[in-house]
Amino acid sequence: MTPLVSFRKVSARIGQKDILYDLSFDVEPGETLVLLGRSGSGKTTALKTVNSLLVPSAGDVLIEGIPTTVWDLIRLRRRIGYVIQDAGLFPHFTVAANVGLVSRLEGWQPGDIDARVQYLLNQVGLPPAQFAARYPRELSGGQRQRVGVARALAADPPLLLLDEPFGALDPVTRVQLQQQFLDLRSRLKKTALLVTHDVREALLLGTRIGVLHNGRLVFLGTRAEFLAAQDQEVRTFHTCLEEKWKETI
Amino acid sequence: MSSALMRDILDLTLEHLFLVSFSMTIAAALAIPTAIVLTRHSFLQPWVLGFANIMQTVPSLALFGFLIPLPFFGGIGKHTAIVALVLYALLPILRNTLIGILKVNPTVRESAIAMGMTGRQLLWEVELPLATRTILTGLRIATVTTIGTATIAAAIGGGGLGVFIFRGLASVDTTLLLAGAVPAAMIALAADRGLGWVEHKLSPV
Repeated sequence: MTPLVSFRKVSARIGQKDILYDLSFDVEPGETLVLLGRSGSGKTTALKTVNSLLVPSAGDVLIEGIPTTVWDLIRLRRRIGYVIQDAGLFPHFTVAANVGLVSRLEGWQPGDIDARVQYLLNQVGLPPAQFAARYPRELSGGQRQRVGVARALAADPPLLLLDEPFGALDPVTRVQLQQQFLDLRSRLKKTALLVTHDVREALLLGTRIGVLHNGRLVFLGTRAEFLAAQDQEVRTFHTCLEEKWKETI
Repeated sequence: MSSALMRDILDLTLEHLFLVSFSMTIAAALAIPTAIVLTRHSFLQPWVLGFANIMQTVPSLALFGFLIPLPFFGGIGKHTAIVALVLYALLPILRNTLIGILKVNPTVRESAIAMGMTGRQLLWEVELPLATRTILTGLRIATVTTIGTATIAAAIGGGGLGVFIFRGLASVDTTLLLAGAVPAAMIALAADRGLGWVEHKLSPV
């Protein structure tokens, strides 16, 4: 089986600054690969090379075996759902228009778009009767993020890219949305590449975890391998897991 | 007030409105597309904005004077006045359209691109709707300024309410001055209110 996404010695720079060095890994169909790293580790940059918001300065990113530089970018991007931290919803569109956008761009019939929007809003736990006609400013942060997920799923893309999708939420809402993500994933069988700085999130959501440090992939493996790994940066993340507050009580 | 004067006021007011609306239509038709091009080719921005800036700093009476000797655009009459008014109105429309588009939240623009919008879709579905309010503000500022500046058009035979003002100045006749100034001020206030209302109605967010 061809990997859905394949990084081949990918380097990237923004302006004059090198961000990624020689990144190589595959994302297999059905898995959720989490890229874990601190701020400035290059994880968001890596994600953006997948839907070609950024073109690598060296190497190739292959989607279904074809380099992003060869893909028709409009076609490629409509096959990839993209979820970002504060959702990036269109403020002048209703929830329904936001969720139905890609289907509309793809030329679906209005009836089909409506049906799809209803289905997706139900999937993310936002009853359409209550939410479809609202504008993003009338939603809470958690609700906006759910709309963002629904929008990314609109055209039934095989691949989801998620950039700190739950990072801006309060802890309770974050846990709710993480659970919902697991639930959605098992129902919809999507492949996902998720970027986070939160080691707990990585362990909860990732079927495999890759650790980025200063633009290099320093570790890639399963959860168990991650917990056993001796790499310096991975161990730094281990220490985040120790519940220090217990000792102080 | 004599009925002849009333009729003159009405005629010149209509002429004034024509000068302003015609100039504004041309200015908007030039400035808005130009600003859109500038958002795509940022290296052109200093050149075009510089030109529009210079146009606006030339004293209006002098600009009318400079245009007179020019072939095609120049001479005495309405068309020269309209050329000058268009040049004046360019900057506020140009600048506000540019700012309106450039200040669209980068996250929103990025997610539009990531969702596979074409450049055209990005412009019509996201950038222009979100910039509407700022663009309309530019149009309003330009219109109100043009209503005032258009009174000077009479100096080169452009007609409009400035005819009263120049006549009043020449004959030291306050009634004539007011006959030009008061309707011009009223048009400006009405335009400001009216366009302000449109701005409010059309702003999507």
